[in-house]
Amino acid sequence: MARSFAATLEAPGVRPTLIGLLLVVTILIPRFADNYVLEVLTNAFLYVVLCLGLNIVVGYAGLLDLGYAAFFAVGAYTTGILTSRYGIDFWLTIPAAVLCALGAGVIVGGPTLRLRSDYLAIVTLGFGEIVRISARNLSITGGASGLVGINRPSLFGWKLVQINQFYYVFLILAVLACVVSFRVQGSRIGRAWRYVRFDEDAAEAMGINRVAVKLYAYMLGAVFASIAGCFYAAKMTAIAPETFSFAQSVLILLGVVLGGMGKIPGVILGAFVLTVFPEVFRGIGSLRLLVFAVVLLLIMLFRPHGIWPDRRA
Amino acid sequence: MTPARVTEPALLSVENVTLRFGGLQVLRGLSFEVRAGSISSLIGPNGAGKTSVFNCLTGFYRPNAGVVRFLGQPIAGMRPHRITRLGLARTFQNLRLFREMTALDNVMAGLHCRTSSGLVSAMLHLPGQQREEAASLQAGEHWLAFAGIAHHRDRAAGNLSYGDQRRVEWARALATQPKLLLLDEPAAGLNHDEKERLIALIRRVREELGVTVLLIEHDMGLVMRVSEAITVLDYGQKIAEGDAETVQNDPRVIEAYLGREED
Repeated sequence: MARSFAATLEAPGVRPTLIGLLLVVTILIPRFADNYVLEVLTNAFLYVVLCLGLNIVVGYAGLLDLGYAAFFAVGAYTTGILTSRYGIDFWLTIPAAVLCALGAGVIVGGPTLRLRSDYLAIVTLGFGEIVRISARNLSITGGASGLVGINRPSLFGWKLVQINQFYYVFLILAVLACVVSFRVQGSRIGRAWRYVRFDEDAAEAMGINRVAVKLYAYMLGAVFASIAGCFYAAKMTAIAPETFSFAQSVLILLGVVLGGMGKIPGVILGAFVLTVFPEVFRGIGSLRLLVFAVVLLLIMLFRPHGIWPDRRA
Repeated sequence: MTPARVTEPALLSVENVTLRFGGLQVLRGLSFEVRAGSISSLIGPNGAGKTSVFNCLTGFYRPNAGVVRFLGQPIAGMRPHRITRLGLARTFQNLRLFREMTALDNVMAGLHCRTSSGLVSAMLHLPGQQREEAASLQAGEHWLAFAGIAHHRDRAAGNLSYGDQRRVEWARALATQPKLLLLDEPAAGLNHDEKERLIALIRRVREELGVTVLLIEHDMGLVMRVSEAITVLDYGQKIAEGDAETVQNDPRVIEAYLGREED
């Protein structure tokens, strides 16, 4: 069943048609759906960006990052601080956030990517906690209660306020994340990530600088998360440190692993399962988390490579 | 131009290289040279330290003492990817292919160090990046064809026969455009026909590409047929060197392989 589904997808012309159809449907949804549905889908698009970003680190380069939410926080707080305290225009905060994330990526990744990836997991775990605890205790980040009054961005004189506007903003972000992931995965550096993931020594013997190549993955992942953070801050107008906890990092990682590491459609699916499932089962109250946990366990037991079918070799 | 010399300068020179793992002496003051344009062999009984020599040359081990010069430049202790960039490529004794990837993707790994496109140009599909990708694809196919496995282009490397996997490894090493190619037991596991084709390939690499070849090999028939210079190693020391005939008749070599006759 799964195999025939995979075979159907590989057929020529099927993929572009499906993608086009999906895009048309997502563009038309705000005409029919109520605000609640749009809110859930917008959240799903946010997680698509985050999961695709982490997929570059975990799925492509094979680096276990347990503190990915830290880069999400860097983006959100950069936008939050610059707009609410200094009155800087939202769009100008994006390059600032990207630079901050790149800086943090070099500081954390530079020394640790020389080590085996188990050590990286520990260091990134620590980094994630450092960022969250700093945000809790610094005055510039608003302490435990966080930042409020973050300015909403305006585009060509329109102020983005309503959910259907943000729906399209996050849809565009998610599509951009897909396009960038797809282009990068098939490029020279994208191949280098796979070589390093499969066999570091053989990759080195082929003239590939494994430390540099891993650092590129780590930094590109950081850029994805920081941009997602900027828009998240703008949409929420308020951010608090607990949004960027270890649980958040794990949730994003879950989306990547659930859908299938290294597979773009799988990761998108994972992000949707992550955000839509708890909403669909809201009716059964707090039991839904238990059901969610059971479903996750079953998926990992029966489809350890993720929900999305593997490509045939 | 300097006037013609009697002896050509060595492409690779190993001077007094010592390698220790704790108390174990793997290489003891080993010295030898590889002349540019030659086909040379490194032979010796099991455990003589041959693969350790390769690992010292390619940056996987850092010698405790001694100098390794490639094109006159000291390379001992350099990171492997930088040595490969200088023009020294290797194959592995136990195949180290990217098994889940296609034969073509494997060969394209070798092109990484001769190309330069980064992430931003890939995201934007800049014309330079597109041109480089197209050229890489072509070069990858060229090396597959050179090694005689163009027809396996899109198959996962791990699913190929052993002999074909070896060819993917050669194609991958050649794609790095080496000046010196190190082959670690290239004939291991090959049948008679495949060995004949290997010999032809080694000669073509030298004649058509001008690449110098240094091989480690246990198949003495093959070694004696292709190599112009042979270095014999035992217990991490050089015990003999010269052409096939000299080495075959050296009493120390015979002793190393067959043992000393009891008096």
